[in-house]
Amino acid sequence: MIEASGLCKTYGETRALQDVDLSVPAGSILGVLGPNGAGKTTALRILTTLTTPDAGRARVAGQDVTTEAPAVRRSIGVTGQSATLDDALTGRQNLMMVGELSGLRRRDARRRSLELLAQFELTDAADRIVKGYSGGMRRRLDLAASLVSRPPVLFLDEPTTGLDPTSRQRMWSVVRELVMEGVTVLLTTQYLDEADALADRIVVFDHGRVIAEGTPFELKAATGSQMLEVTLLEPSPGAEQALAAFSTGKLGVSDDGRRLWTPARSADGLAVTVLRALDDIGARVDDIAVHRPSLDEVFALLTDRAGTTKTVEEGAPA
Amino acid sequence: MSATMTVRPPAVRPHQAGGVGAWLKDVWVMTRRNLLHIRREPAQLSDVTIQPVLFTLLFVYVFGAAMTLPGGASYKEFAIPGLLVMNLTMATVGTAIGLSMDLSTGVIDRLRTLPMFQTAILIGRSASDLLAAVLGGAVVLATGLAIGWRPDATTLSVAAGVGIVVLFAYAMTWVNTCVALGVKGPEAAQGVVFVFLFPLAFVSNVFAPTQGMPSWLATVADWNPVSAVTSACRDLFGAANPSASVQVWPMQHPVEAALLWSVGLLAVCIPLAGHLYRRRTRD
Repeated sequence: MIEASGLCKTYGETRALQDVDLSVPAGSILGVLGPNGAGKTTALRILTTLTTPDAGRARVAGQDVTTEAPAVRRSIGVTGQSATLDDALTGRQNLMMVGELSGLRRRDARRRSLELLAQFELTDAADRIVKGYSGGMRRRLDLAASLVSRPPVLFLDEPTTGLDPTSRQRMWSVVRELVMEGVTVLLTTQYLDEADALADRIVVFDHGRVIAEGTPFELKAATGSQMLEVTLLEPSPGAEQALAAFSTGKLGVSDDGRRLWTPARSADGLAVTVLRALDDIGARVDDIAVHRPSLDEVFALLTDRAGTTKTVEEGAPA
Repeated sequence: MSATMTVRPPAVRPHQAGGVGAWLKDVWVMTRRNLLHIRREPAQLSDVTIQPVLFTLLFVYVFGAAMTLPGGASYKEFAIPGLLVMNLTMATVGTAIGLSMDLSTGVIDRLRTLPMFQTAILIGRSASDLLAAVLGGAVVLATGLAIGWRPDATTLSVAAGVGIVVLFAYAMTWVNTCVALGVKGPEAAQGVVFVFLFPLAFVSNVFAPTQGMPSWLATVADWNPVSAVTSACRDLFGAANPSASVQVWPMQHPVEAALLWSVGLLAVCIPLAGHLYRRRTRD
């Protein structure tokens, strides 16, 4: 449903996107993950016809985003970071405007607006000016607006940034329902739990490049490491050094010196080996845990690594 | 957010089949949306309702009391066409402010992802602001009638006078469109607009005959498009027009000059606005 290859985009000196490939099969959710300024929004703007790539091609719902932009616009719904609402209009007027500009007849636009207002629990606020809406209401209205024409492809740009936990959960369940009905979704997010909870596949952006791609499970496995976490009964001077022998990344120590954690190479019997090593130096272990990294940890590992490559690149002549 | 969701099938019309009717509908939807904005914005609403009344009364009774026109014509008769031109011209500032506000939010982005006629965004903007300006003009004329002004010409001639002013105001909405697209942010747009709009409105024959001005300023005023439009309007309203004795082409042929200015501005500003819009929204 969404296919992009070799997308490049430069703003002045900034290379916002460098050779990005994306693919989202019909009826699935792709989570685009990355820190601010990683290129997520630029990719989204290209795919939603708001800007054109300097190089590369992209097709959405079978149409080319540059040469067939009007056709693409008939198949997509776009939810921005809720800045795309018209503050001076009421919720209903916003939906009516989008409906009519999407080519619905006035009567159909009215019916569809009512339907969406009810569905997103905005009926009571329908005739209030959007300026007075809460953050959660704005997000819901924004999403509702992108659904007016029942688009088969939906782009959600950080749909839950700044929302309280309850509103996030509600937003997630709406997205899941849409996908069950066959809608294809590309969502950008800064939250790993969001990508983990919703996305079938995840791509991780950093500095305008895709630095990792796969299902949440694959990503967790692909780092080839496990998270090792040790709690001591009392701080031990040699513990840090003992654990460093297993560490494949950054070793963390809690303020009281009792808790230590680090990514470690996956190995059979890792816990036992570590326990022995600590025993040897006389550290008294209260608890030891070895687990697959959470997406947060994977993300930290990935962007850390990409950060290193970037410094190397910067040393080279531009 | 209930579970009863019907997302398919897509219910969007194929746009190619829409033609002119669909284009007009998009323009109308945008126009209506902009008018709602004006209604909700007290400052903008007052610009086209209360302000024209105040200006008309102030100029007629305050300046009019001190002004002696060549030939002893009544200042009221002289001022109403000028006030009509000034109010319509000044009201077009709304275009610059409204459009730059839209550009500073994400509203334009939303519109650009819709399967609408993209030209409706700018054309709807100029249409709504013209309607607002026309309302302001109507208030000036109504106020004039209320204080005893009567045009001394046929209805057709008065209508032609109003038509010339409205056409000029429409051209000015496109000038303002270009300003809004050319500068960053509503404050900047407002600043730029006032810097050229105030001299344009005041260095003219709107409030006083140009004969009393220093000669270089009089030359500027006599060639000012606002003077041509005002002169044309005075002639067509049958009002006193001291500029008729000024020996420069626009003052001798004010109707032609007013039409040429308006058409010229439209011919330059519409394509320029399209170009600036594409440049502004490309990234």
